[in-house]
Amino acid sequence: MKLTGAQIMMQVLKEEGVDTIFGFPGGAVIDIYDELERTDIRHILVRHEQGAVHAADGYARASGKVGVCLVTSGPGATNTVTGIASAYMDSIPVVIISGQVPTHLIGNDAFQEVDIVGITRPCTKHNYLVSQTEDLPGIIKEAFYLARSGRPGPVLVDIPKDVANKNIDFKGTTKVKLKSYNPTYDPNTRQLKKTAKLIENAKRPIIFAGGGVILSKASAELTEFARKTQIPVTTSLMGLGAFPATDPLWLGMIGMHGTYRANMCTGACDLLISIGVRFDDRVTGKTDAFAAQAKIVHIDIDPTSIRKNIPVSIPIVGDCKISLNHLNRLIDNIDLGDISKKREKWFNQIDQWKNTKPLAYIQKDVIKPQYVIDKLYELTEGKAIVTTEVGQNQMWAAQYYHFDQPGHFITSGGLGCMGFGLPAAIGAQVACPDKLVIDIAGDGSIQMNIQEMATAVQYSLPVKIVILNNGYLGMVRQWQELFYKKRYASTLIEHAPDFVKLAEAYGALGLRATRPEEVETVLSEGLSSPKTVIMDFIVEKEESVYPMVPAGAPITEMLLV
Amino acid sequence: MTEEKHIFSMLVDNQPGVLSRVVGLFSGRGFNIESLCVAETMEPLVSRITIVTKANRPVIEQIEKQLNKLINVIKIRDLTGPKSVKREMALICVQARADHKAEILRIVDIFRCKIVDAGMKHYIIEVTGDEGKMKAILNLLKPIGIKKIARTGIMSLFREPN
Repeated sequence: MKLTGAQIMMQVLKEEGVDTIFGFPGGAVIDIYDELERTDIRHILVRHEQGAVHAADGYARASGKVGVCLVTSGPGATNTVTGIASAYMDSIPVVIISGQVPTHLIGNDAFQEVDIVGITRPCTKHNYLVSQTEDLPGIIKEAFYLARSGRPGPVLVDIPKDVANKNIDFKGTTKVKLKSYNPTYDPNTRQLKKTAKLIENAKRPIIFAGGGVILSKASAELTEFARKTQIPVTTSLMGLGAFPATDPLWLGMIGMHGTYRANMCTGACDLLISIGVRFDDRVTGKTDAFAAQAKIVHIDIDPTSIRKNIPVSIPIVGDCKISLNHLNRLIDNIDLGDISKKREKWFNQIDQWKNTKPLAYIQKDVIKPQYVIDKLYELTEGKAIVTTEVGQNQMWAAQYYHFDQPGHFITSGGLGCMGFGLPAAIGAQVACPDKLVIDIAGDGSIQMNIQEMATAVQYSLPVKIVILNNGYLGMVRQWQELFYKKRYASTLIEHAPDFVKLAEAYGALGLRATRPEEVETVLSEGLSSPKTVIMDFIVEKEESVYPMVPAGAPITEMLLV
Repeated sequence: MTEEKHIFSMLVDNQPGVLSRVVGLFSGRGFNIESLCVAETMEPLVSRITIVTKANRPVIEQIEKQLNKLINVIKIRDLTGPKSVKREMALICVQARADHKAEILRIVDIFRCKIVDAGMKHYIIEVTGDEGKMKAILNLLKPIGIKKIARTGIMSLFREPN
């Protein structure tokens, strides 16, 4: 059958189960858009290509499928870079299809030409420039396979205009076979047996889970493992929701803004079982002092994550779900004895940490940002999908909204990318039309991709945006307060739009709360509206996020309120 | 931690951009390259890259794992140690004053090199050998006057079992 590259592409996309694409058209992708229009694949027209990638990222995390975006050459492609880097750092499966100038013009500095394959080489799992139409179906198949298998990640496919145009004989696709790529899913049994032995003998064990548990859909296995062994659980920012925050074994998040008890546990534990994590510096603090008394077990599908930042006693390369399953069966055959008695002293110590230094704030006459999140949690019964921007809003969301399920906390963890929350919320809402999706934002970061309000309204996506408006770029201000003698260099936002009017201008609903007693009313009204809503909360200007571990300090040395 | 020199040899897809991925990995992650050597193998779709690098033990482990993670790297081996043969080739252009010519020819003879270009005032010497031999000949030629030098960097193969 004679088909054009663009037609072949549509067939392969359908084959890969694509039902939604986030994108923005342009000269180099007109042919592809022309074909896309004739399929039943839904296209969401964003207002900036960065938004397209974040939306695809949010879509991927909320749905568990591969997110797809489509952009044009040159500026269309370069605008995706931040989004790609964010997806790469957080290992999110996204396929980015970019148009390119025709092959005969490549290298000539043609109009809207940019070497996007060169630019994105270090921030994609892999990328391709398709040089002939014959290669197109195979490459698209490979792109999806790479994006979703092993440690997931973004894959970019750059398609020159003539490659999309050309008619070729198309005989269908074949199964992907890559001789150089073969992720290790099955863990080494001997290492797992050693781990089980350590669990048997440990006095002060903890589990440290991360985004890998969510990506491999291993939450049920993790929960079974923790409950069976009665080992308390902390997670990284990316791991929130991997273990139910309402479980008595939950310690709260670890790291720079982790809970006092989670961080203290890390310092005191004699066994740290880390699963699907990569020991980011925001988690470890000073690496020499991290879990210094503990034997460390590290399970991860990516061998490069193991021993990159932290030396470990038992490295286990494997899929989190499969590994935990094996481990659970091993534990079943071990007599752990009277486990609650065995853990009594450890649990008492943890309780003491919890009771003396809980997460806390005092709500007086100005709205505290933490109070807004507290109320939000209460009113939504913890069931909403929460996306965040980056900074204080993100940390308060992580601390005060308690996640019981995976895929409900969507944040730019590794890259820390402001402007992530709104487009990611759009993606999540597209993936889960019946869910309540909330973007917890700051007045600084919401302005980085505010243009996507138009997208949300155009597609009647009832995303709720909660702005914690303190008039500052709050996280940097906090650092300036603590470490730069309160010299607030360029962190005061001297002029901001009226967010209520802005919401109305976009055709959304705008609400504002300036006093604590208005918080609940505004939230109730906003959350129950069928429209896209911005809720602007005028909060305490110089509130800081605590606990805080200064950069480079040991994780157990926290600044507290 | 002390730094060790390691030789990595890898088979990679013979495609545009693959070398850039390998080299970009080194620059992006702050690893260092002492020498680099690339050419096609008997299989036209596959090239061999040999990289010499210097780092402490944990970083060496990272380098190997990170290279292995590249989709276009088919296979990677650490060829450090006596189980492999290592060779390098150099073209050395030396000043050849009349009173030095005999000395140069003697060195060429001792090191089993070849003169591949000769002029009134210069010789170009082709030399092949391991690291020790390279060092030794350069030490001897240096006082005579090395005008230019081009080196391939180290190539290496595992010795086959008997």
